[in-house]
Amino acid sequence: MNTPEALRQAVAHALRGIAPEADLDHVNPTASLREQLDLDSFDFLKLLIALQESVGVDIPEADYGDVDSLERLVSYLLRRQTRTA
Amino acid sequence: MPSFGADMDAARFVQWQVKPGQALKRGDVVAVVETQKGAIDVELWHDGTMARLLAQPGQEIPVGDVLAVLAGEGEDWQQLAAAPVAATVAAPPAAPPTQAQAPPASTAPTASVAAQHARMSPAARQRAQALGVDIEALAAQMPERVVALADVERAATTAAAAAPSRSTAMRAAIGAAMTRSWREIPHYHVGCEIVVEEPLRALEAFNRDRPVNERVLFAAVLLRAVAQAASDTPTLNGRFENGVFQPADAVHLGVVTSLRGGGLVVPTVHDAHRLSLSELMSQLRAVLERARNAQLRSSDLADSTLSVSHLGDLGAETVQGVIYPPQVALVGLGRVVLRPAVVNGQVVAARTLHASLAGDHRVSDGLVGSRFLAALTARLKTLEPGS
Repeated sequence: MNTPEALRQAVAHALRGIAPEADLDHVNPTASLREQLDLDSFDFLKLLIALQESVGVDIPEADYGDVDSLERLVSYLLRRQTRTA
Repeated sequence: MPSFGADMDAARFVQWQVKPGQALKRGDVVAVVETQKGAIDVELWHDGTMARLLAQPGQEIPVGDVLAVLAGEGEDWQQLAAAPVAATVAAPPAAPPTQAQAPPASTAPTASVAAQHARMSPAARQRAQALGVDIEALAAQMPERVVALADVERAATTAAAAAPSRSTAMRAAIGAAMTRSWREIPHYHVGCEIVVEEPLRALEAFNRDRPVNERVLFAAVLLRAVAQAASDTPTLNGRFENGVFQPADAVHLGVVTSLRGGGLVVPTVHDAHRLSLSELMSQLRAVLERARNAQLRSSDLADSTLSVSHLGDLGAETVQGVIYPPQVALVGLGRVVLRPAVVNGQVVAARTLHASLAGDHRVSDGLVGSRFLAALTARLKTLEPGS
């Protein structure tokens, strides 16, 4: 899982259990993911737990500001994966 | 049929999860019922042996009606099962075997006995199976005659029309509870701004080395502080029933939870004032998970003593709440915002939060509300995670 598309799929999959009606094709990739999908802090925590399980990247709280849009989240995951690989 | 809140007067029985003769413990899930809050697992309140199941799938059962007869310790469940139900219900001193405290004049058992021998024409039975109509439930509605084909088709149409109205039913239930609150409860509102820089920093340190699965949300810190402040202010924590306020020994926090697609449920975090931060977080996660998956249990909804409306970090900055009867107060917490604040005589940028308290004038005054907010502010000066 080391391409942007695969990671995007992983995010989409994780969101299915949290915001089933969300459609990533209609999400602005550079705007706030949480605001667009109406994810509260509990939903966001669940998203990070799901990504930790599927992608293997644990995003520390201090980095939450770096993963606020879909594009930034995917590139963050890509960066962290490459570093640990 | 237990009540899951002031806004509920009946529920549709879905299915039994137990059989007669089965030994059960307090807390075991015995049945599933459908309310406007979704499917709810009904838990048992006493240990015992299931003697007789009375409620039938599909029945609409009022709050307080008998669902089943439970044999207590030392009672013969088979004997109880064979006894006439009305007599069992009417004999409380010698044997308290009933799960629900129902009036003896309940008519539900008669209907369900009739349903056990559903009288239905073969064509109607076949059609009912094809359309997925519950034969027993339909027969129970018309014990005086044989169910005909037309009855089955009418039932199928009614069910189809009723099915998509979950959100409408929930809205109506919220409306009924809030109307009752506004009509019966003379509200007062007090509010204050709290600087939460310290507990937020302490929480950041607490979370820094924890894997994502063990991290604690600021919401848990707030709920714990509310619960502790409420245990310092007993006239805000309890229930007003039959014209009398009964303070509660424990703080069972109702957490106002909005659902995707609209509507609210208010599941309970029990004994919130006694939990450590991590314990409260895991309780909160569990109830929110059940609330959002529409899998709440009866104990999640039965007995909260004070509710909190926390809008979260995507919500508005202030909220002035409406009390959920029979409770006598509601705490409103807005979004954390960076504001100019005076700290040690200096104006600094600090993360702050607006807290409000809606109180019931039949029980307390604004001074008590102010005292509560002062206690909440004191609890949020630092972060003591507890153990």
